[in-house]
Amino acid sequence: MESAEIVAHIPRLRRYARALAGDSQRADDLVQDTLERALGKFHLWRRGSDMRAWMFAIMHNVFINQLKARRELALDEAVEDGLQSAPQSDPLELRDLDAALRRLPAEQREVLLLVGLEQLSYAEASQALNVPVGTVMSRLSRGRERLRALMSGAAAAANLKLVK
Amino acid sequence: MSNITDIDLHTYADGQLDEARRLLVEAHLAHDAQAAENVRVWREQNEALRALYNPVLNEPVPRRLLAARAPRGRWPYYALAAGAMGLAFGLGWMVHAYRVDGSVETAALPRRAAVAYAVYAPEVRHPVEVGAEQQDHLVKWLSKRLGHDLRIPVLTQQGLELVGGRLLPGGSGPVAQFMYQDSKGQRVTLYVSRRDAEPRDTAFRFSQEDKIAVFYWIDGKLGYALSAEMDRARLLTVATVVYRQLNP
Repeated sequence: MESAEIVAHIPRLRRYARALAGDSQRADDLVQDTLERALGKFHLWRRGSDMRAWMFAIMHNVFINQLKARRELALDEAVEDGLQSAPQSDPLELRDLDAALRRLPAEQREVLLLVGLEQLSYAEASQALNVPVGTVMSRLSRGRERLRALMSGAAAAANLKLVK
Repeated sequence: MSNITDIDLHTYADGQLDEARRLLVEAHLAHDAQAAENVRVWREQNEALRALYNPVLNEPVPRRLLAARAPRGRWPYYALAAGAMGLAFGLGWMVHAYRVDGSVETAALPRRAAVAYAVYAPEVRHPVEVGAEQQDHLVKWLSKRLGHDLRIPVLTQQGLELVGGRLLPGGSGPVAQFMYQDSKGQRVTLYVSRRDAEPRDTAFRFSQEDKIAVFYWIDGKLGYALSAEMDRARLLTVATVVYRQLNP
């Protein structure tokens, strides 16, 4: 039974989900829903194709649905662009990378994590997210810039504290 | 100068650039301090993400994830069981979630199981006391000695045939060891010990005992440890099948 192979991916799905969702309870909810859906749709998996990329695609759909259900879907790109040029608000709250990730729009966070954490190729990330590679690249580029701004804001704030 | 784009730089930072283009980018970076700084920052971000989240890979796997089943509707029979199991595990997991389990008993389980594996798995002539051909006798005998009904998982779909089993001395009484092997002679053992302490359940935990990988968990009055010299992902697959068969 090849569907048993699905569980072998659990540790890595959990790592990605933790980074994506933040707290561990929510992350494991996400993994559980993903596993259930993968088992239910297992007949749709193309034998020989990369099961991991397939499972990330399922997790992406589950994640987006959960965000919609909670009405937390990321700011759309237009609003986000506006924010990017606006001065960063309360950088003091950004204690660490995890907090900074929470402040990225979900779609940028997903790309950043699939590529940076899970080391998927751009083509695999594009399949998992069901968007063109060009979109992956633009989200990656903007996500990285935003993360950098957030982190340097945090660092600047920390330095300020030290100097005082 | 060269027509290096931002996309090239990201692709380079992620190690996804082909050889020819990579050399071009490196030449470009030598002259463009801003681009080099960007690449450095992006790589640092990747490394920081891995440093922050890689520890999740080594956490115990919550049971509810191993018990995940296809959602209801597709296979009605399964669905019913899944609903009941989901509820049971949901509740069980909530009760036990993140209870720190530092008991001596649980810590000793994977070690003892790994030692028993190391002693008997290489055995050519006498790997077991009672062979698979006498399976009924094996189950009755070991159940009687442990004072608890035992079941022997069927792992043929995982390519593992039962070799047989034996009785072993444990930390506080008799222990059962069931042995399986695949077509290449790779062996897997299931170590089952009876606990005198309060019945309880734990998450799936993993322990690497030298070359031997062990997944272990406690289920009511029994402690289980599945051991083998195999990679962790494959052993987790087998452990999940074992777990499901023991908790139908």
